[in-house]
Amino acid sequence: MSSYVVGLVIVLYLAMLFVLAYFAEKNPKGKWVSNPYVYTLSLAVYCTAWTYYGSVGIASSSGISFLAVYLGPVIALPLWTVVMRKVIRISKQHKISSIADFISMRYGNNRLLGALVTITCLFAIIPYISLQLKAVSETFSLISTKESYVSTGFFDDSTFYIALLIAVFVAFYGTLSTDTSQHKKGIIATVALESILKLSFFLAIGIYVTFYLFDGTSDVYTQASLQDNLEQLTSFGGLENGFNWLFTICLSFFAIFLLPRQFHVAVVENDNESYLRKAIWLFPLYLLLFNVFVIFIAWAGNISLPETVNHDYYSLLLPLQRNNYGLALLVFIGGFTTVISMIVVSTLALSTMVSNNIVIPYGFIKTLVEGNPEENTKRIKNIRRVAIFLLIIIAYFFYVKFSVQLSLYSIGLISFVIIAQLAPSFFMGLTWRRGTARGAEIGILVGLAIVFYTLFLPIISQVVMPNVKFVEEGLFGYAWLQPTHLFGLDYLTPESNAFLWSISFNTLTFVGFSLRTKGNYRERNYAEMFVNHENYGNLQEGGFIWKGEAYVADIKRLLNRFLGEQRTDRALQIFNKKYNISETEERADARLINFSEKLLTGSIGSASAKILLSSVSKETPISLVEVLNILEESKETKASNKLLVEKSKELSAMAHQLKAANEELRVQDKLKDEFLDTVAHELKTPITSIKAASEVLEDEGMPPGLRNRFLENISRDTDRLDTLIHNILDLEKLSSNRTDLDISEHNMSKTIHKAIKGVEQIATKKDVEIKFPDKKQVLAAYDEDRILQVLTNLLSNSLKFTEPHKGRIKILLKDLGKEVLVAVQDNGRGIPDEDKDYIFEKFYQSKNQNIKKPQGSGLGLAICKKIVESHKGTIAVDKEFAKGTQLIFTIPKGL
Amino acid sequence: MNKKILIVDDEPNIVMSLEYAFKKKDFDVFIARDGTEALEIAEKETPDLILLDIMMPEMDGYETLKRVRNNKELQHTKVVFLSAKSKEKDIEKGLKMGADSYMTKPFSIKKIISDIEGLLG
Repeated sequence: MSSYVVGLVIVLYLAMLFVLAYFAEKNPKGKWVSNPYVYTLSLAVYCTAWTYYGSVGIASSSGISFLAVYLGPVIALPLWTVVMRKVIRISKQHKISSIADFISMRYGNNRLLGALVTITCLFAIIPYISLQLKAVSETFSLISTKESYVSTGFFDDSTFYIALLIAVFVAFYGTLSTDTSQHKKGIIATVALESILKLSFFLAIGIYVTFYLFDGTSDVYTQASLQDNLEQLTSFGGLENGFNWLFTICLSFFAIFLLPRQFHVAVVENDNESYLRKAIWLFPLYLLLFNVFVIFIAWAGNISLPETVNHDYYSLLLPLQRNNYGLALLVFIGGFTTVISMIVVSTLALSTMVSNNIVIPYGFIKTLVEGNPEENTKRIKNIRRVAIFLLIIIAYFFYVKFSVQLSLYSIGLISFVIIAQLAPSFFMGLTWRRGTARGAEIGILVGLAIVFYTLFLPIISQVVMPNVKFVEEGLFGYAWLQPTHLFGLDYLTPESNAFLWSISFNTLTFVGFSLRTKGNYRERNYAEMFVNHENYGNLQEGGFIWKGEAYVADIKRLLNRFLGEQRTDRALQIFNKKYNISETEERADARLINFSEKLLTGSIGSASAKILLSSVSKETPISLVEVLNILEESKETKASNKLLVEKSKELSAMAHQLKAANEELRVQDKLKDEFLDTVAHELKTPITSIKAASEVLEDEGMPPGLRNRFLENISRDTDRLDTLIHNILDLEKLSSNRTDLDISEHNMSKTIHKAIKGVEQIATKKDVEIKFPDKKQVLAAYDEDRILQVLTNLLSNSLKFTEPHKGRIKILLKDLGKEVLVAVQDNGRGIPDEDKDYIFEKFYQSKNQNIKKPQGSGLGLAICKKIVESHKGTIAVDKEFAKGTQLIFTIPKGL
Repeated sequence: MNKKILIVDDEPNIVMSLEYAFKKKDFDVFIARDGTEALEIAEKETPDLILLDIMMPEMDGYETLKRVRNNKELQHTKVVFLSAKSKEKDIEKGLKMGADSYMTKPFSIKKIISDIEGLLG
């Protein structure tokens, strides 16, 4: 294929990215741009040319060990909900824009540490970028007709121009705003699209190879098994290899947190921390899909292609071998897009770090303080643009110089090993309060030194001084100082060897120096704030980490320089409003200092922001004790608030209870009134009758027969009065539990017979039959007089409500094991349904208050109920019983 | 001509005393046990006065009074409540409903007779 066609495709493709970025930038809040899927896809910037091409190369020569690089992130992702959420919250709160900013802020805005982290990242990423360029250049030459890919001069090397185009893209879309903590939707949208493209094209070639060139996966396997090295390619190797696996997994575990581009897409560009929930399962799925066909492409390449070709490019060479140029071009574009996204995000992140953590704090801060806002904005943007171009150009030269020696895989791993040096200060900084800036600095330096000695020196010495033998023999001839087999461990790969020793010494020195040195107050305060982040989230502008003297006017002037007057005024207005501060306030307090520091951090990084603000304010040290006091206060406020809420809840609950009790009392009161009324009425009736009778008896001319009847009436009414009073007192006694029951064991059947005997006379008179068929003995403990009272009452009621001659009353006795049951049923007129629940209430009168009950005191059933209840039993009307009335009571046999 | 009085109460002992006393004073005495019975007798006999208890089964005194007042034939019949409900608001209620007088239990028969004789002129 003509190289001009390929070149044209590349240019068209880049043009499309420009357009996409333009639209995404124009509509940054659109749901196509801001959603968890775009977020997850942007995380896939992790998959670079190393994944796209390099994995196949590794799989073809050393089997499945390529997988280790993806296992780390898969293991790390579930942890993200905890660790990453914390990192994202802290970063948003402090407007952090890069990993260097994050680490330097954790150790008290330490300028040197920020610079050191930046340099570490540069060491790690520039070779990595050149690795990407190498991939583009090599694949370009494979697909185009150009024979050799190692160019003679860079002006006729297409890779150089591609690199420049990428630089233009990043410089344009990466520096639209000076505030680096602001999101770059355009770039993220293109990265997300690129993640879709690279996966789709890679799956396409995988399917093509496996199902078109071969007859499915088993066919590839069968054919591959004819090759002699299959066993080696499909096994994990021995214990030694296990260590290599372990270390590679650790490396990639760290990388997914620490790589500048990963930090950028995962933290800085995160819109919403809830996206993490989708990402933690979607991203591993993405990685899985990406790796499904690697092994088959590798085997297919081993089978179909000659040993001499570069194994990394099997996926391109296989379609080319069959003259399938269309597919080859797709694979090329996929690789190219992979490269672009990696370079774009990496240079974006690195340029921010370089400008905010090296160039501005170390060189330009003075100029910036003196400049006006437009100039400053321009300057900051230019610093970043220059940084972007320089980074890509340096990477290009690195590629020209070293690419021949290194495979995609090894440069990738070297990059991971270097970046891993940030792990102790990053991870321990999040959890260990004692970590100090000094410890972090020395730890990183020691780690880097070891990496240099164990990894770079052997490579450089190969290029520069091929005849110096110290790599094989060890420094000064000591075998244990052999760079690639340090301390005599000879089974590790160079990268694992470098990682093991660098990270061990890094951690040890970090911990050692942190324990020996005590950070200054600022460090300790930030440490407290990062480690116990949740406690500080609600503190006003972290208002405690600064104490001193400053004037609003000075700070305003400073902000003006970077934000412009308009934005400054607006920001201060919002600030004043939020904290209710007067516009005329001259003195700046800690909150304003921190607020301004945050504003500036977005533009020029935390270290520079700190330097600038200290130039306009006089800071006095603040001790950790003070910080803790402030925290304590805030906690107390929170706690007392909580207490208040609880108290008020309690109070309202109490008020509720009071209301209920009051209601209850009112009901009781009303009931009492009603009771007294009824009692009065019931008493009045016989009294009236007696009084009237005695009055008419005064008439001396009354015939003697009539006189006797009046006297009888008086006597009967007196009895009635007596019963009534007795019942009232009895009920009173039962209600207030003042009755002593005379409990002893009795035979219930005997008691029933006694009760029947008591009413027999009336029954005979009324010609009502009382049947008690059960002959069995049921023994139970009860007060016989009282139960007799109940039975008599029930029987009297039945007698009252049954018709003469037709009435039938039946008593049933049942032994329920622990209880004894007695039922009294009659064929009388029954009780209306609506009254069945109330007949046990004293003086209960059917619905209409003014209707009198036929006879009786109106207290009988109420007394029965009290008696049964004082025996711990129950009494009720059988609602099912339809042929009259059935009242049932049960009492326990033993009380 | 003798005055006709209808005594309505469900307590036979009380009725018995009243009946004796009024007859002694030359009243024609009629007796009903509840409201329904009272209305029947009243329609037939058109008594001059009804002595009416309030709390009775079936139809209570208030309802009975209402019906008596709605009956054109009985427009000259006086109605007197005789009830154990002796609270002021009960008395007020009874009079408001249109009773000519309200007497409470327990009572003095002599006083009832003199009051009723006064009412009937």
